[in-house]
Amino acid sequence: MKRTVTIIRTGPQALVQDLGRPGHAHLGVPPSGALDAHSLTLANRLVGNEETAAGLELLLGGAEITTDVSCTVAVTGPPVQVWIDDRLADSHQPLHLPKASTLRIGTPDTGLRTYLAISGGVDVPEELGSRSTDLLSGIGPEPLRDNDVLPLGKPNVPTGADVVPPVRALQTLVIPIRLGPRDDWFEDAETQLRQGAWTVSDRSNRVGARLNGTKLNRRDGEIPSEGMITGAVQVPPDGQPVVFLNDHPTTGGYPVIGVVDRDHLRFLGQARPGTSVRFRPIS
Amino acid sequence: MLLRRCGTDALLVEVDSLTEVAAVRAVLQGLDGVEELVPAARTVLVKGALAQVRDVLATVDLTHVPETRSREVTIPVTYDGPDLDLVAETANVSPEEVVRLHTGATYEVAFCGFAPGFGYLTGLPPSLQQPRLDSPRTKVPAGSVGIAGEFTAAYPRATPGGWRLIGRTDITLFDPKAETPALLQPGDRVRFVVA
Repeated sequence: MKRTVTIIRTGPQALVQDLGRPGHAHLGVPPSGALDAHSLTLANRLVGNEETAAGLELLLGGAEITTDVSCTVAVTGPPVQVWIDDRLADSHQPLHLPKASTLRIGTPDTGLRTYLAISGGVDVPEELGSRSTDLLSGIGPEPLRDNDVLPLGKPNVPTGADVVPPVRALQTLVIPIRLGPRDDWFEDAETQLRQGAWTVSDRSNRVGARLNGTKLNRRDGEIPSEGMITGAVQVPPDGQPVVFLNDHPTTGGYPVIGVVDRDHLRFLGQARPGTSVRFRPIS
Repeated sequence: MLLRRCGTDALLVEVDSLTEVAAVRAVLQGLDGVEELVPAARTVLVKGALAQVRDVLATVDLTHVPETRSREVTIPVTYDGPDLDLVAETANVSPEEVVRLHTGATYEVAFCGFAPGFGYLTGLPPSLQQPRLDSPRTKVPAGSVGIAGEFTAAYPRATPGGWRLIGRTDITLFDPKAETPALLQPGDRVRFVVA
């Protein structure tokens, strides 16, 4: 019989995510995958899963789950309170979840996305090599709803735990950015990026982190649509930059002033609206 | 040809025509270590193996498109689109002639984008190369076959769109659960036939 997990409450948004489906951009398929992959792979390691196993990405925590078998769970991302049957437990640690008991996840004080790994991993069918929900193109499982039941894979024996202090999401981000491919659309792109100041907009989502603040002055017009990579900073005519995150469209027609290094994108994936953002151009 | 830097591990190769795009795509396709290869109207985005990519591009002949593994795809179309008469009028021919022209040509998938499985096909007869609608439709039904500028395409699913619609197909253009999810891939040859 298949082991299952029941999502009693999803919280604001609960999605199945793994490391995504890169390599299909030529078909118009976004990479998708956990926005803070560092936290998902950590949660997987804590419960003995492969790093590529699917877990849950929970916007502002708030979820409650129960399983029909005893299993190991781990909650990562920003620090957050968790309870097992109303007993307080720790995030960033493997936790034993006895059969039919309930795991409840609070709302983190900082950051945006909490990750939950369950031993065996969420075992929904793969689409184009991944179990991730892609909110732009509708590939992968639907966003979860209260009382959804998900199958779990076969658990491994946990191999020992990392010791990992949770990291609070920062109130101010300074993000390295490499100029190009279309920095020539901007007069002195480097200075404009270095001197500008922005905040994360509440219109941000898995497609992109939208920034409000200094207007980046660019030429008028559009480029014939061209390929976009994750981390590309697109500048629409209003001059307010958008940093493409994992569910970004594979092509676009606004100039990309620069590209944010992959290692720093997870901080944008955890940045609440209002977080200050500066760019540090590097060559 | 211009190589534009795109972060630490990608390049945007900018060229002057769709033929040159096809040439660049063809020489880079299958190169070891290339993670993404995304042709578009005047560019090819390539991610990974940048040293080898630069080597290959140093000697590429942009006037010649090497043969690559391309598939032949036939798409059956019912030509009853809401803009068929508009297209005929603009081309100054009868609707029957529009069908004859559209089914008479062989097309190539220049690139995909806009939505999963949406292929931009080149090879459209000149009289069918027409502007988009003045006002895009908020919903174009899945399977709609349309034309815009130098391209023709079939919509894999219902989306907003401004292409002039000349017909519809029942064929599945994109199914993420299928072994080959996209019916059309860059480089594929396509013909339309009357359903």
